[in-house]
Amino acid sequence: MIELWIEGVGIYAPGLAGWERAAPVLAGRQPYAPVEPPKLAPALLPADVRRRTTEHIRLAVEVADEAVRQAQADAAALWSVFATSESDGAISHNICEEVAKDVPEVSPTRFHNSVTNAPAGYWCMAVQSQAPSTSLSGFDASFGVGLIEAGVQVGVERCRVLLVAHDAPFPEPLHSVRPISALFGAALVLAPARSARSLARIVVAIEPTLHALSRMADAGIDGLRTGNPAARILPLLAALARRESGELFLPYVHSQALRVTLEPV
Amino acid sequence: MTPLVLTAFTAVNALGRGSAAVLKALTAVRTGLKPCSFERVSLETYVGEVAGLDDLRVCERLAEFDCRNNRLAELTLEQDGFTARIAQARVKYGARRVAVILGTSTSGILETERAYRRRDPLTGALPADFRFATTHNLYASTDFVRRYLGLEGPAAMISTACSSSAKVFASAWRLMTQGLCDAAVVGGVDSLCRNTLYGFASLDLVGREPCRPCDAQRGGISIGEAAGFALLERPEQAASHSGVALLGYGESSDAYHMSTPHPEGAGAALAMQRALTCAALPPAAIDYINMHGTASQVNDSMEDKAISTVFGTNTACSSTKGWTGHALGAAGITEAVISALCIRNGLMPGCLNTRSIDPGFTSKVLLTNQSAAARRVLSNSFGFGGSNCSLIFGAHP
Repeated sequence: MIELWIEGVGIYAPGLAGWERAAPVLAGRQPYAPVEPPKLAPALLPADVRRRTTEHIRLAVEVADEAVRQAQADAAALWSVFATSESDGAISHNICEEVAKDVPEVSPTRFHNSVTNAPAGYWCMAVQSQAPSTSLSGFDASFGVGLIEAGVQVGVERCRVLLVAHDAPFPEPLHSVRPISALFGAALVLAPARSARSLARIVVAIEPTLHALSRMADAGIDGLRTGNPAARILPLLAALARRESGELFLPYVHSQALRVTLEPV
Repeated sequence: MTPLVLTAFTAVNALGRGSAAVLKALTAVRTGLKPCSFERVSLETYVGEVAGLDDLRVCERLAEFDCRNNRLAELTLEQDGFTARIAQARVKYGARRVAVILGTSTSGILETERAYRRRDPLTGALPADFRFATTHNLYASTDFVRRYLGLEGPAAMISTACSSSAKVFASAWRLMTQGLCDAAVVGGVDSLCRNTLYGFASLDLVGREPCRPCDAQRGGISIGEAAGFALLERPEQAASHSGVALLGYGESSDAYHMSTPHPEGAGAALAMQRALTCAALPPAAIDYINMHGTASQVNDSMEDKAISTVFGTNTACSSTKGWTGHALGAAGITEAVISALCIRNGLMPGCLNTRSIDPGFTSKVLLTNQSAAARRVLSNSFGFGGSNCSLIFGAHP
């Protein structure tokens, strides 16, 4: 069991670009309209750096920046965990296409952007953070795996941790074998103790028996939840938006579930 | 921190199958690097290839996971009696109380590379027999190892480039300290693929000859493939152990550049300092440093500076990549196992293939193997994106 305090939230997805816009929709007070979100251009990345990045990287930096600003946290001091099922699908496609040739010419920028921790690298450079950073995957349970890693960092190291979950659709032909329906990114700033910035207290535990997972009431938002591994965070964000106490079940590895008990502050 | 004992460990790499084969090659000063003939790659370079993987298949019940990365994982789990030791741990703690935390950089992407050469000429579709989730996906090998060993505890695939399978030790220690599990299988697996060979070549980082870490004339890295695993338990709960314990870890970020480390090794030094603080040890307590030592110009030079900054100029250090090549996401566990073998056997390896040490270096780089007590060893792993991890292992009575 891990006790955590949420201090900031970031979100970017169709119809859910930014917490201010997303919260009333997730709380059920406004209808969900899956409109294209605005072009990703995180202000934190200088223009020349931004040009060298991909959508997958910009997505992570955008939501991370939003959560950290909301938490009014010292970005450089935060530890970070970046959870992604597929890393950068567009780059995987590009490089696999290139190395299928007899004499491949891989772009060096694309290659160094291909490492799973590229978003973390750009984030750490942007905020000048030398704090530990971990990038990881748990397939469809990537958010749950990230929450456990971030949670034990908070619990054991007694540090504030930025948790980012993000995945983007693959281009074809990979999209057909691993369909991810839409872009989705979210971030949380997690702290070991209550502070003036606390939005909610959560207690996370690995559920010992099989348990039905929490869903979203709106069918469109629930389609987003099941269509992108990072969007499995949505029931937690909805509870946060409703400011209601409750118990949620989010996917963990091998059909297990995480039980997340939330109490708003 | 409270130490954890490595109650079992194993490795497979270019030096052979199992820790005895690795130790034998280290003491015999025999490299595992060979001219690259892998997968029709046209680069003039040397690689640390694991022999025989093309002839293996993963076990029948997990056939859907069959790919080079998982074959290498299974082959490794079957060395040093590792699978049998895990079966004992599963009975002792319960399957839900044993974690599996592994590292990789490219997982089974080779399967996708091969599938891309068999795309439907009309539709561009991938062949019908291509399986994605159990091969290419980053988590696939953690999923495979967990099923193979029958474990149901916390799990993750850490992917932070070349520090991946070093950081698994820190994650596992935290999980056990938080009480989410009682034991952990840590390790990593990374296999050769055209992505990394051509990718590193595009950055002019691949050497034409077997890599020569710390050499004045070093010409770049030799890419390798490898897998390794260790079982971590609390000392008071371990019935028997390997004589080696994890004493500390230190993680840091460079915040400098995506593919070039900080020239003065600031991030690397910070990781080493944090590992010493974590282990509550002074620098003088470290007998030997197993360097990241890739034989790239910038890595070895910044690492020498970082080591000199933290340890001064009298702590013996070397890189063993002249034996194994750079196993990328599996480098951390490969060198953790080598560190454990050094502790157990009183060995400090030199830098194989290296002829003369870079005259600009100030740290005490070993050129040849020394027989000397290595009671405490620090192992460095640094990756793209500025991801650094240092681990400290020590003799455990």
